[in-house]
Amino acid sequence: MDALKYIWEGAIPLQIHLHESEVTTVPPPPPAMVLAPRIGYLPLLASQIKPYFGSTLPPGVDTIWFEYQGLPLKWNIPTGVLFDLLCAEPERPWNLTVHFRGYPRQLLIPCEGEDSIKWSFINSLKEADYIVNGNTKNVMSMSEPDLLELWRSVSNVDLEAYLRISSKLKLGGTGLEHVLKSISAASLPAKSSGEMDIAGQLITGRIPVRLYVRNLGDDFDNLEDAPPVNNWDDVSYINRPVEIQEEGKCFTLHDAVRSLLPELFTEKATTKDESTNVIGEEQSDSTEQLDCTKTEGGSTSSEEYLQSYHPSIKLVRIQGIEPKGQIPFSWVVNNLMNPEYFLHICVFV
Amino acid sequence: MVGTCEAIASGGTISSSDFYKAASAFIHRWKLINSDFPSWSWVPYQKLRWISSDDKVDGYLSLEKICLLRPQENEQEKGGCLEETDIDGAGNNNEYLDEATLVPPPSDQEVHYYDFHILHCASYSVPVLYFRAYCCDGQQLMFEEIEKDLPSQSVDTLLNSKWTFITQEEHPYLNRPWFKLHPCGTSEWMKLLFLSDASWFNNEIAIERYVASWLSVVGQVVGLRIPMELLKEVSGSQL
Repeated sequence: MDALKYIWEGAIPLQIHLHESEVTTVPPPPPAMVLAPRIGYLPLLASQIKPYFGSTLPPGVDTIWFEYQGLPLKWNIPTGVLFDLLCAEPERPWNLTVHFRGYPRQLLIPCEGEDSIKWSFINSLKEADYIVNGNTKNVMSMSEPDLLELWRSVSNVDLEAYLRISSKLKLGGTGLEHVLKSISAASLPAKSSGEMDIAGQLITGRIPVRLYVRNLGDDFDNLEDAPPVNNWDDVSYINRPVEIQEEGKCFTLHDAVRSLLPELFTEKATTKDESTNVIGEEQSDSTEQLDCTKTEGGSTSSEEYLQSYHPSIKLVRIQGIEPKGQIPFSWVVNNLMNPEYFLHICVFV
Repeated sequence: MVGTCEAIASGGTISSSDFYKAASAFIHRWKLINSDFPSWSWVPYQKLRWISSDDKVDGYLSLEKICLLRPQENEQEKGGCLEETDIDGAGNNNEYLDEATLVPPPSDQEVHYYDFHILHCASYSVPVLYFRAYCCDGQQLMFEEIEKDLPSQSVDTLLNSKWTFITQEEHPYLNRPWFKLHPCGTSEWMKLLFLSDASWFNNEIAIERYVASWLSVVGQVVGLRIPMELLKEVSGSQL
């Protein structure tokens, strides 16, 4: 399965309403329907949205910004991650409010058009390079035209161009070397078994991870009843690499989450929580094939088979899917990473 | 222990738990040497706020409401120091300040206050400086206004590296825009700093001096100077 292709083609249907304070016509304009790339960034939609609402805007100039249920949205977080995090129960279409005036400077870092997004992306790429290799030389030694083309491949959602340019990055650490092999394999006609082998290759070293932890509380039974995020203090953002040390042992997604959230794992988990293993039918086949117990040929102990997230963790979501805790972390990294080489993980507790 | 020493000496990096030790040592020495000045303090911060914990390793160094005086004739002043300005604008005298070099800020110039936070960056394994500035009424300054407060060398660097030198980022703990000094080159020059003095290979000294040495370089970027006494026991170091 071309997981990478699906990630890049992933899109969120948005229904974008113009904020009432900026409506100068009667009746107000209908909402704009936009498909936003998962790996993209909201302000990049300005070229589609601004012409649509242009005739109804009041005089003046300011930066475009978005909010969801009163929460200003951080433009530097990929759109797919915002959706996964803020819609505990996916909302389709996702109803957003757009503003072209009154940028909330006390809450959001400034966005000076596409350049800000481009450099936010490049700085993240340098950070990932440092995490994996211990220096930023691979990104810093890239030529200006190549860096620009790399950014354009992301902003234009052009996977082929991205694969071509990112191969020049030479992020050659033990970690991302496999990522590049996986990417290369995904773009070539190849045996599915061969591709699977590469996609499942074990990784050691430091992996760039950004974790978003949302505390839902316990006052409801269904995800759709979860209270909305009122401000960003309700989300704990943890930008910390995951370190994989043991070569022989299978390092799972559960192990990765535990290493980042040790506070939640003070008690040994003994109960398997079914809700954490709910997964879409289309994904179940490949996911089960990558189960650690099968990867190791059934040599695992029964205790390991019961490995699951801690009971306080309701959900772990990456690129819109909810992988099982026992899935090899290597597979998750090789297939679900964002273009800036960070794995974005949403955890609901 | 040996691993820690090697990490600092060979890579210029520091772990988060060692950063806490280094910060505590730094605060202690700062109070000894600068008893008349505002002191840095450690602010513990729990990432998962709904889980109570007595662990203080997570958090940051903080120094707030600092008015940085900038003598115009003598930008390279040695032994420069911090000074907290009274509401009426009168400066406090102290034994470290050479009065001959003190130049009152122009009366028509608004007084700017700065908050400085030093956080550990897990990605680069080095400290990172976050700061913000505001007027006496609490109104926060825009970047163009802060730029005027920076030493001239920093302004030159900004012209060439606008996007990768000082940018506004979300404060990792406070979720608000703060100015951040990009840390990506830190481990390289911290490594050079340590290699210049063999005594740094002693593990405890390396950890305890880390923040002071780091700040002696980083602080210059924003005009935040530290007393030379903090570095005195590193006599062989070339800064």
